Amino acid sequence: MADDIARRTALKCMAFGAGTVFALSGGIPVSFPLAEAASPKHAGAKPLFVQISDSHIGFNKDANPDVDGTLARVAAVINDMPAQPAFILHTGDITHLSKPDEFDRARQILKGLRTSELHTTPGEHDVIDQGRVYFDGFGKESGGKGYYSFDSGGVHFAALINVLDFKQGGLGALGADQLAWLADDLSGRAASQPVVVFAHMPLWTIYAPWGWGTSDADAAFALLKRFGSVTVLNGHIHQIVQKVEGNMTFHTARSTAYPQPVAGTADAPGPLKVPPEKLAGMLGLTSVSLRRHAAAITLADRTLA
Amino acid sequence: MLRRLAVFVFVAAALSGAASAQDTTVTIKSFKFMAMDVAVAPGSTVTWVNDDEEPHTVTSETGLFASGGLDTGQKFSYRFEKPGVYKYRCSIHPQMTGTVTVK
Repeated sequence: MADDIARRTALKCMAFGAGTVFALSGGIPVSFPLAEAASPKHAGAKPLFVQISDSHIGFNKDANPDVDGTLARVAAVINDMPAQPAFILHTGDITHLSKPDEFDRARQILKGLRTSELHTTPGEHDVIDQGRVYFDGFGKESGGKGYYSFDSGGVHFAALINVLDFKQGGLGALGADQLAWLADDLSGRAASQPVVVFAHMPLWTIYAPWGWGTSDADAAFALLKRFGSVTVLNGHIHQIVQKVEGNMTFHTARSTAYPQPVAGTADAPGPLKVPPEKLAGMLGLTSVSLRRHAAAITLADRTLA
Repeated sequence: MLRRLAVFVFVAAALSGAASAQDTTVTIKSFKFMAMDVAVAPGSTVTWVNDDEEPHTVTSETGLFASGGLDTGQKFSYRFEKPGVYKYRCSIHPQMTGTVTVK
């Protein structure tokens, strides 16, 4: 127990700036800076997947007039990784206005990735038309529903959608059908199998006045509680916020397009204009690794700076 | 002749729904519908204008009307014929809500 507390304390050391890594070992996170990720003591780490988010292809305002360019730069950073991840995960807001040409441009840019396997979940910007275009393209994998699961590297992945049925106050929602599907999807799985759950809007309430949460996510967490290692990923807020609760680690991703204000520091969420030289440091990706022998999951955030 | 003209005007007003029908504009700015609540007479047209850098939508809670994505400067209009309280929100930022009361 004393050991547990010491490890939890170590999590506080995660704010290393541009690159930070934390490992989830039996549900207890330990952290170390990205610069150390290649050192022999972390040699067990294997890149499992890379998460990118909030590319907003079609956005052309001052906060970033070249969102195509910054997404391409993120792709180049991934291509330069010494070991390629098994797949790329995009946690939504691929486009800005759900337009077919925006989806097409995103697809063209993502085709430049050396890793061809791509899994997505839509953001509210991708389903302005209730997902008509999204489900015909990027969302085909989910059979028009938005939720689906797959396994990779011994880890179980569940893609959730929380942007189609907003509740009072603007929080996202999963809905009864999806929760029933998740219960079925998880039933019978060994509690020792690491689980990664991802959605676009935060599944945990970060800031309700801006709708940064999911109204019925607690029902999903109840289903996930018995697993020894659960990682919950999302986008939407264009900045990193993380917390650890029991065996569950929550992590939000940076955008590939533009930053947003810290919760409650502005009248409203929305594109945050920063000096051009500061933009790259606020955009980036999350690299997630699995340390097989320690049954650990490792996340590393990188910016474009 | 004057009397006949007066009758004609009266009938025309009655046919158009209400003599007091008036068009109203709601500006979308800083993630808010302004005004958030508007009251109009039956037959009035409400026009929403997106004055934000972010796209927004005007989406009826009941599915009666849906603007689709409105980029900066784009407009959407809907004519309200029947009395009632019409709630709507932005489907991209659902914390943004508004009401049109027709009476």
